[in-house]
Amino acid sequence: MTASPAASARPVYQIERLSKTYASNQLTALTDVNLTLTKGEFVSVVGSSGCGKSTLLKIMAGLLPPTTGRVVLGDRPVTGPRDDIGMMFQQATLLPWKTTVENIVLPIGIRKGRAAARAAVPRAQELLRLVGIGDFGHVYPGELSGGMAQRASICRMLISNPEVLLLDEPFSALDELTRDFMNMELQRICAEQQSTAFLVTHSLAEAVILSDRVLVMKPRPGRIVEEIVIDLPRPRTLEMINTAHFGEIVGHIRDLLGKEAFQ
Amino acid sequence: MTDAPNTGPDTVWVEHEALIDRIPRWAAMLGLAVIVIAIWDLATARMGWVSPIILPSPGETLSDLIFVGKNLLTGGYMLEALWTTTRTVFWAFLIAILIGFSLGLLVGETKFGERAVMPYLVAIDTMPKVAFAPLFIAWLGFDISSKVALAAFIATFPIVVSTAAGLYAASENERMLFKSIGASRWQTLFGLKLPTGLPYIFTGLKIASVGVMAGAITGEFLGGGRGFGALIRESASMLDTPRVFSLILYLSLLGLALFFLVALIQKRLVFWTQSNRQGVVG
Repeated sequence: MTASPAASARPVYQIERLSKTYASNQLTALTDVNLTLTKGEFVSVVGSSGCGKSTLLKIMAGLLPPTTGRVVLGDRPVTGPRDDIGMMFQQATLLPWKTTVENIVLPIGIRKGRAAARAAVPRAQELLRLVGIGDFGHVYPGELSGGMAQRASICRMLISNPEVLLLDEPFSALDELTRDFMNMELQRICAEQQSTAFLVTHSLAEAVILSDRVLVMKPRPGRIVEEIVIDLPRPRTLEMINTAHFGEIVGHIRDLLGKEAFQ
Repeated sequence: MTDAPNTGPDTVWVEHEALIDRIPRWAAMLGLAVIVIAIWDLATARMGWVSPIILPSPGETLSDLIFVGKNLLTGGYMLEALWTTTRTVFWAFLIAILIGFSLGLLVGETKFGERAVMPYLVAIDTMPKVAFAPLFIAWLGFDISSKVALAAFIATFPIVVSTAAGLYAASENERMLFKSIGASRWQTLFGLKLPTGLPYIFTGLKIASVGVMAGAITGEFLGGGRGFGALIRESASMLDTPRVFSLILYLSLLGLALFFLVALIQKRLVFWTQSNRQGVVG
């Protein structure tokens, strides 16, 4: 088992005593957040809107500075965007004037220039095969379906071999059937790449089916109130959603959120 | 299998296609032109309801069109006038693009431009710009440069506004993507904001191409000179209405040529808006 968090596993991302207060309105978005991601682990965070999960993700991506606390990836503190952080957004955000392959090597081109981007094209094609759209490298994003576009954006995230994957509700714009299918694909890709992943989502079922651990956040101020270890065996299948145990876990998380989320 | 009752006739009703949907576009256009010209002919040459000074008949207009066309083709004085106007439009459009694009960049890309420069631009844009014509004539004289200045002045604003709007057009996700892969401001501008804004910029250029024609002709009306606008004014003052009509028609060809040149460049450059972008959105 590579995906389950063994006690001896190497910590990849460490966050200690993190807090964030926005200077503009003195709003405390996060308080006393402690979090460790170990190699190959899949961790999700769920919570109602405004619980600070997006702020947490932006801080982890180096897009926002923390107010206090330690934010360390590898052995270096995160002080800005880094090429060992891969990120995926709600929309595929592929540039329509670049072909799929050109979109995938975009991060390389921005960081290391045109020659490096050209050199990365074979690797991009290999990644396209990994996500199952190997024949679509030369087409423009306008010709891709929503699911295919998100597959391409997975490739763009993986192209620089990041240490950690930050996923911001990556499939929320897709229809439900495609979304379930893409979640299973994501699981397969993460297992093959032995990725360490951190997912922000609204969907409790999505969090449970994908994760080794689910963190439950509550707002005002944003904080982690509980960590739930998901003991479903891997690889996970969509059929597990219908089991009683899955229902118990989702129900438990919903109870945790429900007490405060709708007040 | 379901055992649905097998009784009664099928529910079939014919979808009727409107007559206009069955006629090809060219035939519809031709049909309308024939109707309009027939009424025109009836009102002028046949029945004499309208005086030839107010509205010449189609026949008169056509013969004058042929006369002007011959003059243009044989390099007569009218060709020289058309060439003057074409030069005016060319220089004015070029200057409007350079100034408009630079100001658009300033407004769309810098906080200073957005906060300090934009309010003044909006204020000037609301003024009737033709009213500046006497100033340009006083500053630059009666030759081509005062007309170029007026036409450029009119055509600059749509380019400024569309360039600035284009630079704002990139979505929050796209900006975050560029930030997260460590793109510099320069890289974000050229790699994301400008390409995303190109459709907007071209819309502004099309509006400007119409404005630059209007500006050049207005300048020639008010400031004299040797352009097509001056010819039109002279013909009108001599009550030569057929000549005015045919000059306007040839002038509109110049405007159309400019407009379609811009549209053609847009089609080449902004190729991705032609195919559907659904895959990108959802």
